[in-house]
Amino acid sequence: MSAVTEVKTRHPLDRYIREERFPHIWCPGCGLGIAMSSFLYAVDELDLDPKEIAVVSGIGCSGRVAGYVRFDSYHTTHGRAIPFATGLKLAKPHMKVVVFSGDGDLASIGGNHLIHAARRNVDLTIICINNFNYGMTGGQFGPTTPLGAKTTTTPYGNFEHPFNLVYLAASAGAVYVARWTVLHTYHLRQSIKEALLKDGFSFIEVISPCPIGFGRPNKIGEGLEEMKFYRENSVIRNGIDPKDAELSFRGKIVVGKFVDIEKPSYLKTLRDFYDRILGENHGS
Amino acid sequence: MKRPAVLTGEYFILGDYACAEGALAAGCRFFAGYPITPATEIAERMSYRMPEVGGIYIQMEDELASMAAIIGASCGGVKAMTATSGPGFSLMLENIGLAVMMEVPCVVVNVQRGAPSTGLPTLVGQGDVMQARWGSHGDYEIVAYAPSSVQEMFDLTVKAFNTAERYRIPVILLADEAVGHLTEKLVIPPEEELTIINRMPPQDPPGEYLPYRADDSLVPPMANAGEGYFVHMTGLTHDERGYPIITGEAHEKLIRRLIQKIRSHADEIIEYEEVELDDADIVVIAYGITARAALRAVRDARAQGIKAGLLRLITVWPFPEKKIQDLAQRVDTFVVAEINQGQIRREVERFVDRPDRVIGVNKLGGDLITPNEILEVLCQPSPK
Repeated sequence: MSAVTEVKTRHPLDRYIREERFPHIWCPGCGLGIAMSSFLYAVDELDLDPKEIAVVSGIGCSGRVAGYVRFDSYHTTHGRAIPFATGLKLAKPHMKVVVFSGDGDLASIGGNHLIHAARRNVDLTIICINNFNYGMTGGQFGPTTPLGAKTTTTPYGNFEHPFNLVYLAASAGAVYVARWTVLHTYHLRQSIKEALLKDGFSFIEVISPCPIGFGRPNKIGEGLEEMKFYRENSVIRNGIDPKDAELSFRGKIVVGKFVDIEKPSYLKTLRDFYDRILGENHGS
Repeated sequence: MKRPAVLTGEYFILGDYACAEGALAAGCRFFAGYPITPATEIAERMSYRMPEVGGIYIQMEDELASMAAIIGASCGGVKAMTATSGPGFSLMLENIGLAVMMEVPCVVVNVQRGAPSTGLPTLVGQGDVMQARWGSHGDYEIVAYAPSSVQEMFDLTVKAFNTAERYRIPVILLADEAVGHLTEKLVIPPEEELTIINRMPPQDPPGEYLPYRADDSLVPPMANAGEGYFVHMTGLTHDERGYPIITGEAHEKLIRRLIQKIRSHADEIIEYEEVELDDADIVVIAYGITARAALRAVRDARAQGIKAGLLRLITVWPFPEKKIQDLAQRVDTFVVAEINQGQIRREVERFVDRPDRVIGVNKLGGDLITPNEILEVLCQPSPK
């Protein structure tokens, strides 16, 4: 009897995606697929019940993740993924609510919601894809575009100072803050797992190639070239003050886990207050 | 002392508080808001009462967030409301469109004040009628109730939730500062006497259920998050699975249904009160606080032998166009009294053959329209 090699026809993550929605809309060389699969691997390795996960996105390329994952998933309005997710989380406290969106969506039009959800320490996992530009609309500059970078609306180079998102999130009160590039798939997956298990506001910035919107005008090259750039320029510095987590245009990319602290989440604090004032089992 | 959700009894109470109590009685257990005059008392009451009934009060960073949060909460299966006034309502409009498109039940209270812009924060206005109708971008239908008493701040809030749940739509309670800040009698009935409608749950098991497949009612059953249906909802034009589909054909199909689900039920949704209309030659049309002055003016006119009547709009949207067309066959003149420059008057004119048969009694906000100001018009000779 000859040895039978089992041929797997299914990818282990297939059960977490809406196959019928493929092919996806992302460009060749885009990092979003890696970011999404890192998230799905994290869910799989934690053996979480898919019924207990909700994904909320805003608008933009990253916002499309909600449409590809087989969880309860909500593709909302530009900038409003976090407040939508806040409402959903408070209505369904036992669910893990993940916000998957881009830097423009979360830090520009939705910037106010980002800092206030972090301040409240709402138990959400934010996966913020930073590709340094507005990709969906064809490559305009945004709140993370490096000084000097060219985009379709900074033809002479960007003269606005960008946000350091990890520093912003940490300052606003996030209890878990990390930054990885899509080259750091293992670290990214581990971080997403930690964030999913964290009771509080977690923020993971994912540096991701955008060869069409950002790579081409800035002569970075194809997605692969950008990954090579990440490999040559990334420095892992876990535990440093996020304000020192440099993210330069042509130079160093500091990645790592910067914040992992314990602080009662919004719901926990709310319940403690109500229990104390109104007695246990209030409102039952 | 913890109190129940339905505070059965008689009260001498503020209109804004009555609205909050109506929401709780309807089953609202999530309130997200941002302070704004003259709607703040609704938030204040909710912040006090929600913990008593096991609900959530959250004060968001702005009205954009408040509106997004109530949609999120409702997707989680919890009845949700926000309350605001003109400036905040302007900020909520984009996500009101999202609730229309995703078909998420929720209630938005707008206690109108003098406007535009910051306008008259503490004084009455009725200038957001057309904004409530058309404020979000694109073609859609909306339901808006206009309470004219503290009792109606309660009753119509309950009704707003029922309509929202039944048709899977955002419903607007278009109140005004005078009603919101009015203190008068409120009777809250026993819980068992309240009619409460909840969204229809999926009739098919996961795998077969399609989130946007509707029967003849045009209202699809709704699966909430966490129930194992793995729904996808988007503001993009979508098919019955909820998946984006970017074609004119799909858009036509979806938007046609969203519009028709309201239009085909308009007769069930539309409500108005008729006073002395049977033999009326001249009919006052009014809503909200102004309807109270209109009622007095009609009574005074009758005392002078003028055959006046009142059509009080309880729903301003959908507009009772059939009623207006019917009245136009036998009435000489319509007088539309409202604290704006004629937003409903123009709507009435659309259903009356000659615009000169429609007279407006208008103020810009700040002051109420008095009974005498309406009576003066009722006493003028008919334009016929």
